[in-house]
Amino acid sequence: MTASSITPFRQAVRRDLLLAARHKTEVITALFFFVIVVNLLPLGIGPDPELLRKIAPGALWIGALLATLLGLQRLFAPDHQDGTLEQMALSPQPFTLLVAGKILAHWLVAGLPVVLIAPLLGLQFDLSGRSLWILVLSLLLGTPILSLIGAVGAALTLGVRGSGVLLSLLILPLYIPALIFGAGAVESDLAGLGAEGHLSLLGALLLVCAVFAPWVTTVALRVALE
Amino acid sequence: MSRSLINWFKFASPATFYPLAGRVIPFFAAAAVLLLGAGLWTGLAVAPTDAQQGEGYRIIFVHVPASWMSMFIYCVMAFWAALGLAFNTRLSGMMMSALAPTGAMFAFLSLWTGSFWGKPMWGAWWVWDARLTSQLILFFLYLGFIALQAAIDDPRRADKAGAILALVGVVNIPIIYFSVQWWNTLHQGASVSMTKAPSMAHVMLLGMLLMAFGFWAYTITMALMRVRCIILERELTSEWVKRNAME
Repeated sequence: MTASSITPFRQAVRRDLLLAARHKTEVITALFFFVIVVNLLPLGIGPDPELLRKIAPGALWIGALLATLLGLQRLFAPDHQDGTLEQMALSPQPFTLLVAGKILAHWLVAGLPVVLIAPLLGLQFDLSGRSLWILVLSLLLGTPILSLIGAVGAALTLGVRGSGVLLSLLILPLYIPALIFGAGAVESDLAGLGAEGHLSLLGALLLVCAVFAPWVTTVALRVALE
Repeated sequence: MSRSLINWFKFASPATFYPLAGRVIPFFAAAAVLLLGAGLWTGLAVAPTDAQQGEGYRIIFVHVPASWMSMFIYCVMAFWAALGLAFNTRLSGMMMSALAPTGAMFAFLSLWTGSFWGKPMWGAWWVWDARLTSQLILFFLYLGFIALQAAIDDPRRADKAGAILALVGVVNIPIIYFSVQWWNTLHQGASVSMTKAPSMAHVMLLGMLLMAFGFWAYTITMALMRVRCIILERELTSEWVKRNAME
């Protein structure tokens, strides 16, 4: 990639990060949502450490799924409302790169904090040291998938009636493979089977999504902007 | 060359497709009634009682063809989606939205009959079997598609957004299926096997095939009827619809 083609990408990332930094509460709210959802589960299920260790991977992963959804609605909507998105589509820079930059910024704002705080929550669920590492690794590979697939849904539901609920209906079924492999990695490690297989599949899924999702998102955005 | 192109695209226009659909609907409707009648009679009256499963197995005469149809219709929708995005034909999007409710209905029918079959056979209404789970997810995909199309007011945008979603879904279906299968085998071993008895009686197979073809004819009838309604709704202001309504 030449320097000229990387610049719009970097600038899109920088712009969205700057916007997020100016609205810190949104980022922090999503993170606290994740923490609260995950913490509600032991309260609903009971404090038995044996049981908690068993449900920990699934609980944390579902929390991450929901926390990602929360931010996705705002991925394109504000830019669409003030016309920025249209200017991006019309600009001489490749629209796909700008969209990819926005997706990366979304992950840095919504996904990465979840990954970083996950070990702390894992401790609450009585996970051991190695499982915690695998949990972080699976979330590190998996949360970008959530942002990438979610961007397609966000673009499809842009400016549509009841887009928030609709977005979850469209996207959550498509998250299932990431959920299965991500939570499965930690579970199979707990069962002593080794997590490599699950993590490899998660990585493969990430690569496929990284190649196709920005492109599909761009197509969907152009449909929405027509 | 131009001649063959004209023949290909002649019925891509709603104005020419509308009367064609109207003419073929009675044939497919009659075929559906005959095939479903024969299939039900073969399945419920002629086919012998299964040695292991008793009379309850007769549910598969509805269950299996319904599952086939639900998966097949999604692929057909994806085909129309690709065609619509590639050639920008209006009719493709209409066919897609005409097929979706029937597909969702078959997915639901398959789940419902499946749980009726599971209760006497497995002793449970629902088992987290790979096939059941992926069928449920397929049902969710149908619902998402219908909800997305219903939420968008502009029909052209609804068509295109739906087409993108259908294509994303069809790429995901194999991934979902295999992930669910691996998830299941890792979790609980093969407590339940859905494999049929190795030698299925010919009568049973015949009944199932009759039902499958009957469902095909039913799907085509319903899709064409629905697409005629969609055409009328969308082309309400056009000249040929006004002429047609006058007749």
